[in-house]
Amino acid sequence: MNNEWPLWEIFIRGQHGLSHRHVGSLHAPDAEMAIKNARDVYTRRNEGVSIWVVEAKHIAATAPGDKGPLYEPSESKVYRHPTFFDIPDEVGSM
Amino acid sequence: MANKTEISADQAALFQFLLRMGDNTLVLGHRVSEWCGHAPVLEEDIALANTALDLIGQTQLWLGLAGEVEGQGRDADALAFLRDIWDFRNVLMLELPNGDFGQTIMRQFLYDAWSSVMLGRLIKSGDPRIAEIAEKVSKEVAYHVERSADTVVGLGDGTSESHARMQAALDYLYPYVGEMFLSDATDAAMVSAGLGPDPASLRDEYDLLVGKVLDKATLTLPDGSYTHKGGRTGAMHTEHLGHLLTSMQWLQRAYPNSQW
Amino acid sequence: MYAQMVKTASSGVKSREEMSEQERVFQDKIDADIKIEPRDWMPDDYRATLVRQIGQHAHSEVVGQLPEGNWITRAPTLERKAILLAKVQDEAGHGLYLYSAAETLGVSRDQLIEDLLAGRMKYSSIFNYPTLNWADMGAVGWLVDGAAIINQVALQRTSYGPYSRAMVRICKEESFHARQGYHIMMKMAAGSVAQKQMAQDALNRLWFPVLMMFGPSDKDSVHTAQSMAWKIKMDTNDELRQKFVDQTVQQIEYLGLELPEPGIKWNDETGEYDYSDPDWSEFFNVIKGNGPGNVDRMKARRAAWDDGEWVRDGLMAHARKKAAAKVAAE
Repeated sequence: MNNEWPLWEIFIRGQHGLSHRHVGSLHAPDAEMAIKNARDVYTRRNEGVSIWVVEAKHIAATAPGDKGPLYEPSESKVYRHPTFFDIPDEVGSM
Repeated sequence: MANKTEISADQAALFQFLLRMGDNTLVLGHRVSEWCGHAPVLEEDIALANTALDLIGQTQLWLGLAGEVEGQGRDADALAFLRDIWDFRNVLMLELPNGDFGQTIMRQFLYDAWSSVMLGRLIKSGDPRIAEIAEKVSKEVAYHVERSADTVVGLGDGTSESHARMQAALDYLYPYVGEMFLSDATDAAMVSAGLGPDPASLRDEYDLLVGKVLDKATLTLPDGSYTHKGGRTGAMHTEHLGHLLTSMQWLQRAYPNSQW
Repeated sequence: MYAQMVKTASSGVKSREEMSEQERVFQDKIDADIKIEPRDWMPDDYRATLVRQIGQHAHSEVVGQLPEGNWITRAPTLERKAILLAKVQDEAGHGLYLYSAAETLGVSRDQLIEDLLAGRMKYSSIFNYPTLNWADMGAVGWLVDGAAIINQVALQRTSYGPYSRAMVRICKEESFHARQGYHIMMKMAAGSVAQKQMAQDALNRLWFPVLMMFGPSDKDSVHTAQSMAWKIKMDTNDELRQKFVDQTVQQIEYLGLELPEPGIKWNDETGEYDYSDPDWSEFFNVIKGNGPGNVDRMKARRAAWDDGEWVRDGLMAHARKKAAAKVAAE
C-alpha cells in the first residue's frame, strides 16, 4: 500500500480581515494533522489566524483551455480596477 | 563574583524553584533541537524545531528571572553555560537521550502534560513576575500538549510496530514521571510564600489528562511504582547530562569572556 | 547554485520553424512573461528539466540543514541557538515549498526523496563541505545564503508559476539568513584573537566551494541555451559568480579580514574584480560523490528516512482507521 501522506492545500486568513488566501501545500495523514502542520509550517503559529485545509485531490479547477472565454470579458472592463480613475491628489487617500 | 551577598532563605528557595523551571526547558529544548534535520518527515522536522524554539525562549525567561533573584550578576546565559552538572535542577527524564522518535514524542507528551498543569497554577502565583511568564508560556504549552498528545494517540493506535514502539517508550519513561511530583523544603517554602503549588497536588489532574490520552492511544501504564529521582534536587543526575553539557557549554568554556 | 549542472532534457533549441503549433504558443507565452501553470500544456522536456532542477533545489535545502545543524547543540548563547535553529528550520520549510512546486508537475515527494537516496538525483556541492568552527555559522549564512540569494532573486522571474511563487516566498526569508550570518562574522572579526582566526579560517576554507556553487564556467557549461530560452535559468553561471564576487569583496573589507586568495584584484578596465578560478577537478569530484562530506550527508538523510518509516506508516494507519470509523458511524 502506498503510505505517502496525502497532499493538502492550505488557505489562511490573516488578522486584517482579508479573505482566506492560498499560501502553499503540505503533507499530512488527515485533516486535523494538516491544520496542525499548517500552523507550524505556514504561520509559525501566529495566533488569531484562521486556517482552511483541503485535500488537493478535492479541488476542482478550471481547465486551461477555458482561460480565454472565462477571463477576457472581465479584462475588458478596466473600470473595475481602481487605478482606472484619475483622482486629484487634493482629494486625499481613497 | 567579588561582592557576594547572602540572599534570604525565601529568595534562595525561589532561586532554586526558578532553576528547576529553567533547567527543565533548557535541557529538553536542547534534546529536541537535536532532531533538526533528522525527523521522519519535513512537517515533523519543522514542528519539532518550533517546540525547541519555544523551550529555548522559556529558558531565557525562567533563567533570566533566576539570575535577577540571585542578584549576583549572572544572566540566563551565564546560568546555562557556566554551571556544572551538580548545579543543574532539571528532572532526570528530560536529560535522557532522545531514543527513537516514539520515545522523544512520548517524553514530550509526559512533560507537556505536567507543564500545562503546572503553568495553570503558576498563573495565580503571588509573584507577578512568575505569573506573567506563566501566562505567556502557557499559550505555547497548550499547543505543545495538543500536538504531542495527538501524535502519541496516532502512533499508539497506528500499526502494530508503532504501537509496540510507543508502549516500549512508555514503559521506559514512566519510572521517571514520578520525580515531577516530589515535594521538598524548596516547594514548601514556595507554597507558604504563595508563589507556587505543591508538586504533589498536581498529580490528580495530570493522571486524568495522561490517562485519557493513553486510553485513546491504546497504551497501558506499566505496573510498578518505582520512581527515579535526583535531578530536581541536584542529588544525582544521570551520566547523560555531562555529555549534553560538554557540547552545549564547549565554546563558552574554551573561549571564556568572549562576545558571540 | 542550489541547482547545479542540471542536465536540460532537450535536443537543442528549436527555431520557430521547427516548432509545432503548441510549442510556438508555449514559447510565445514565455517570451511575453506569462507564467506557465501546472495544467497548461508544456513540452515533455520542459517538464522533465523542471522536475530535475526544482527537485535538486529542494534536496539542497534539506541536505543543507545538516552542516548548520551540526552546530545547533554547540551554539554559544541561548539567543544564537534560537537564531540558528530558526534558520535551519527555514531550510526545511524551503525544501517543503520546493517539493510542493515539483509535485505540481506530477511527481510525488516520496519519489523525489527515493531518487535522492538512490543517488539518481543530486544536491548542491557546497553541502558536502564540513563546518568546523563557530565562525562557519557566520560564513555559511553570509556567503552560502548570499550566493543563493543572487540566484534566487533572478529565479523569482522564472517561467513556471509554482516555482516562481516558491522563490518569492523563499527570498523573503533568505535575507534574514544572510544578515544573521554576517552579524556573527562581525562579532567574530571584532572579537578575540582566536575568534578572528576562526573567522578568517571559515572565509578561506569556504571561499572556493562557494564560488563553485554557481556551477562550471560558461565555456564548459552545456545545456544552458535551452534552459535560458525557457526561462528556467535566468543568467549564466559566470555572470552570477561575478556579481557575487563584486558584492562580497567590499563586505570582506568591512570586516577587516584578509581576502581569501591573492587573485582578487580590482580591474579598472572591466570595472569588476578579477578572481582566481576554483579547482574545477575538485568540483567534479565532489559532484561525483568524492567530497569530504558526501558519505556522511547521505548516511544522515537515509537514516532519517528509514528510521522514520514506521512513524509515517503509523500515523497514516491511524488516519485510515479514524476515517473508516467515521464512515461506519454515518
